[in-house]
Parts: sequence; C-alpha cells; structure tokens
Amino acid sequence: MVAEFTTMRLHSYSTVLVVLTLLTGLTLSVPAQAADSTNMKTLTVEELVQTLNANGAKPLLFHVGSHMLYVQAHIPGSEYLGASSTSQGIQNLAKRVSDLPKKTAIVLYCGCCPWSHCPNVNPAYDTLRQMGFTNVKVLYLANNFGTDWVDKGYPVAKGD
Amino acid sequence: MKRTIFILVVAALLVAWLVLRRPPAAHRGGVGELLRPAPDFSLTDLSGAKLILSGYRGKVVLLDFWATWCDPCKTEIPHFIEMQNRYGRQGFQVIGISMDDDEKLVREFQQQFKMNYPVAMGNADLAGQYGGILGLPITFVLDRQGRITARHIGATDASVFEAEIRKLLETPSPD
Repeated sequence: MVAEFTTMRLHSYSTVLVVLTLLTGLTLSVPAQAADSTNMKTLTVEELVQTLNANGAKPLLFHVGSHMLYVQAHIPGSEYLGASSTSQGIQNLAKRVSDLPKKTAIVLYCGCCPWSHCPNVNPAYDTLRQMGFTNVKVLYLANNFGTDWVDKGYPVAKGD
Repeated sequence: MKRTIFILVVAALLVAWLVLRRPPAAHRGGVGELLRPAPDFSLTDLSGAKLILSGYRGKVVLLDFWATWCDPCKTEIPHFIEMQNRYGRQGFQVIGISMDDDEKLVREFQQQFKMNYPVAMGNADLAGQYGGILGLPITFVLDRQGRITARHIGATDASVFEAEIRKLLETPSPD
C-alpha cells in the first residue's frame, strides 16, 4: 500500500516535472520581441508573401535600413528610403508619403539585425503614424533579412 | 483511457519542443561556408594602409562584419579589443569590416572605442563573396591557413570566440 502510494506520488511529481520542462523549452524557443514593439502592427513573412502572391492591390513596400544591405538583397518592388535611424532617412520617408492618401497600405521592413535591436523600424513606424497613416505594418524579421527571407528562398532583387 | 491521452499529450509536447528547439542563429553556419579558403580581399583601412587578407596567412584571424548602428556589434567590439590585446602576440588578428554607409561615423566610432585593430569599409561585392552579409553582426573565424572554421551570425558570447581562437592558436603556423 505504502509502496503503491509512493509510486503514485513519484508519478505525479515526474508528470509535473516533465510538463514544466517542456513548457520551459517552448518558452525559450519563442523569439524575443522588442519591448517597444507592442504598439507596432506587424505582419509575418508568410503573410506578406501571401499578400504579394495574391491578386489585388499590393501594399507599398519601404526598406528603411542600411543601403549596404539593400543593394545586396531586397524584396522585389520595394523602395529604398534610407535608414530611419537617421534624420535623412526620416526626411526621405516623410517626403515619399507626403502626397499619399492616409489609408494607403504600407509595409516597412529592415532586417539589419535581430528584431529587438533594429534601430530603424520604430522611428519609421512612429513617423508614419504621426503623419496620420492608418494602414501601416512592419515586417517581422526575428533574426535578420538573410536568415528570415533570403535563406528561406523567397524572391530577392539586387542593386539599386 | 486517461493514461493514453496523457501519454499522447506528452508525446505531442515533446515533438513540438524538439521541432522548435533549433540551434540559435548565433551559432549556425552553412556547411559550405566552413573549411573553405576565406575569399581574399584588398582594401584600404581607415588609417590609409593596405588591408590584404592573405597578408595575414599564418595568423588566426577574426573577421568581423559590423556597423556603428548595430547594437549587438557594439557589445562585441570591446571583447574583440581585449582579445587583440591578449592573444595578439600569439599570432591572432582581429579585422573589422564596417558595413556602414557613412565612413565618417565609422572613424568617429573607431576613435571613441579606441579600436586596436584595422578597420576598413566593406562593399556589396565583398559581402557577396562571403555569402551575403544580410544582417549584423556576422563574424568569421579563420585558421592559420586562411580557412573559415566558424561563422557566427548575431551577437556571440566572447567565451565562444575565445575557445575557438585558443584551439586554433595551438596549431603551429604552416610556415
């Protein structure tokens, strides 16, 4: 009887241990989100690809990161506007959208470095929102453009 | 019945866990990238001196692609400075390739951080030779024969670099 009770307790403990271990593993596997990205509307790579492949209107795609990275590889059809971490980049962005309707669908992306460290997408997103644009999303690239787009075999254009 | 459901749930969680627990980006390197000769290049560093990679044959080289706007890069650079001080006499050399668009910012950064190793401005052609530098930092470790022995994408702990470098430094120079 005692042995049976002990076995049951051990079984319960081991069950809890297994579940906790698995949950810990799952938690650690989820890529870290930028702390200040909670206000940004994001879309995944898969969602963007689906949108670009579908019939119908396409969003404007703006690259707001480093030129050196853009010329190596960028999403076909996207426009380079300069790094939004610089005042020049913000000016370029503001000028580019100045005549556009506020409901224009715009997707911003960078992928210079891990999402939580990107210095460009936040300023770009904030600028457009402050200008009154209501349909702005940022492409979520967890690691960088190379790992999350190019290495997955999605279409790429090079040069300016 | 309950036991069967329990086993199935645990099995499903285990499978999900194994699938999601892929190696972190920082330690992944394309197999084709490794143990091949590092593409040679000839650049001019920020001091005006020629920076030719093959000129460092016989040394263990840490080739760092970085930029001033890249926070993880800035975290790594003080460690590289320290490693250059510690292992330089044993035949170790750090080389920095900046992927910045603006050289002036790099010069300011180099002075501010007192970087003790050569830094040159990179370009898209060079990046292409190294498989594309599409996200920073990306750091290559080269052995004394000039072969790529490791490629680290993203910020990497200094202890990882140190372990690799120490091991390579134990290998005698080919000359």
